[in-house]
Amino acid sequence: MRIKNLSFAYPDGRQALTDVSLHIGRGESVALIGPNGAGKSTLLLHLNGILHTDGRVEVLSRKISEKSLGEIRRKIGIVFQNPDDQLFSATVFDDVAFGPINLGYAEAKVRQAVTRALDRVGMAGYEARSPHHLSLGEKKRIAIATILSMDPEVMVMDEPTSNLDPAGKWLLIELLQGLSITKIIATHDLDLARALCQRVVVLDKGRIVADGAADLILADMPLLAAHGLARAAI
Amino acid sequence: MKHSFLDKYSEQDSLVHRLDPRTKFIISLLFILAVALTSPVMWPVFSIYFILMIILILISRVPVLYILKRSLVIIPFVVLMAISIPFVKEGEVIGSYNIWIWQVSLTHSGLQLLWNILAKAWLSILCLILLTATTRMTDLLAALERLHMPRVMVMILSFMYRYIFVLVDEVMRMKQARDSRNFGGRRLWQLRTLGNMAGTLFIRSYERGERVYAAMLARGYDGRCCTLNRLSLKPTDIYGGLGFGIVILAAFLFNFIG
Repeated sequence: MRIKNLSFAYPDGRQALTDVSLHIGRGESVALIGPNGAGKSTLLLHLNGILHTDGRVEVLSRKISEKSLGEIRRKIGIVFQNPDDQLFSATVFDDVAFGPINLGYAEAKVRQAVTRALDRVGMAGYEARSPHHLSLGEKKRIAIATILSMDPEVMVMDEPTSNLDPAGKWLLIELLQGLSITKIIATHDLDLARALCQRVVVLDKGRIVADGAADLILADMPLLAAHGLARAAI
Repeated sequence: MKHSFLDKYSEQDSLVHRLDPRTKFIISLLFILAVALTSPVMWPVFSIYFILMIILILISRVPVLYILKRSLVIIPFVVLMAISIPFVKEGEVIGSYNIWIWQVSLTHSGLQLLWNILAKAWLSILCLILLTATTRMTDLLAALERLHMPRVMVMILSFMYRYIFVLVDEVMRMKQARDSRNFGGRRLWQLRTLGNMAGTLFIRSYERGERVYAAMLARGYDGRCCTLNRLSLKPTDIYGGLGFGIVILAAFLFNFIG
C-alpha cells in the first residue's frame, strides 16, 4: 500500500491531511496514532476510496479508481469505530453476509463465509440475533466478522478498543493477535499499539510527524507528549 | 440501556407462529381488505370477523390482554380523524346542540358511520398486532422482500427496525444530560431547549446515516444487494393459508347474500 503526497480538505475548508506519504508492506501491522482530530479517520477513509484520492493512493500495486474500486474494497476491509454504524442489518447473519453477497458469492459460499467469520471472532451461534440486543464487546467482534467474511488482505480498524472495559479490550487484542493479516489500526490506545504492531506512525494536524519501530516510538516520551499522546510535560 | 422488544412474543411457538411469514402477511392483507370493503350495516359479518380474530389470538397463545392494550393505541387517531363525521353527514337528525354561536346537529347515519370506522380500524389493528406479535421482525422483512416489495422500502423498514433503539438511546442520554443540569425555568425556555434537542437529534441521525453508508460502501455495496432467502413454504402454510383465505372470503360474501 503506497500513499503519495496525499492532501485532503473537507468541504467546509478544514484541512484534514497535508502531504501524507506512507508505504505499508504486506503482512505488516501498523498503528496509526495521534491525538483527537489528527486526521487518522480521514486517512483511513482514503484507503479504500470512500473519500476520493485522484490516484494518490495505490493498493496492492493498483491505483484506486472507479474501475478498481470493487476489487479494492474486497481486499481492504474497514472496521469503523462505532459498531452501531457498521452493523446496519436486522440480524447478525445478514450483516456478516452483506459483504459476501455484494461480492456475488453463491448461496452456499455465503453461508460458509459467514460461519467461518463468526467462528474466527468466537461468535458462532449468534446468526439470528439482532445487533441492538448485543453488548458493545459482542458488537465489536461481529463488526470484525463482517470484514473477515470478505476474506480481505488488509484489515483497517478505527479505534477498535474505544469504550471497552480493560478486560474486554485485552480480549479483543488477543483476538486480533490471532488473525494473521495485514493490519492498519488507528488508535490512541498505546497498549493496543504496543501489543499488536511492530511499526508506529504518528500523525498530528494532518501530517506524519514520526514513523518507526513500535518499541522506539512508544518509548520516546517527549515525542508522545508533544503530540498529545502522553501526559503533557510541565 | 435495555429496551422492551418490539416483537416480544415472536419467539413463542404455536400454529400461528409456525406459519410462513409470507402466508401470514397475505392473509392479514386479505383480512383487512375484506374488513374495509364490508358494508357498514352488516353487523353479523363484523362479528364473524371478530370471532375469527379471537380464535386466531387464542391459537397463537399471545396474551389477549397484551393485544387489547396495544390495540387501544389506534383509537385516538381514528377518533381524531372521524369525530366530525356524525355532525357533517346528512340524514335523520337525532340531536341538536347549541355550542356558543353554532348550531350543531348529530345525524343517525353519521353516528353509524363513525362506529363503523372505529370497528373497522380496530379489527384491522387487531390483525396487524397479531401478525407482528407472532412473527419475528426479521422474518417479516424477509417475507416482504420475497413478495417482491420494492427493495428500497424493505431496506428503509429494516433500517428503521435496526436504528429505532439507537435513536431512543440517544434521546434518553440527551434527556439525562439535560435533567442533570437542572432543566426547568420558563415555558418558552423549555420549548426552546426541546427544539434544540430535536434539531441535534436530526443532525446526529443525518450524520449517522452518512457513516452507515460509508460502512456499506466499504463492503462493496452497489445498490443491488439483498439478503439470502431463508424462508420455505411448507404444506401447512399452503393449507393454512387457503383455509383462512376461504373463511375470510366466505364471511365477506355474506355482504351480497344479506
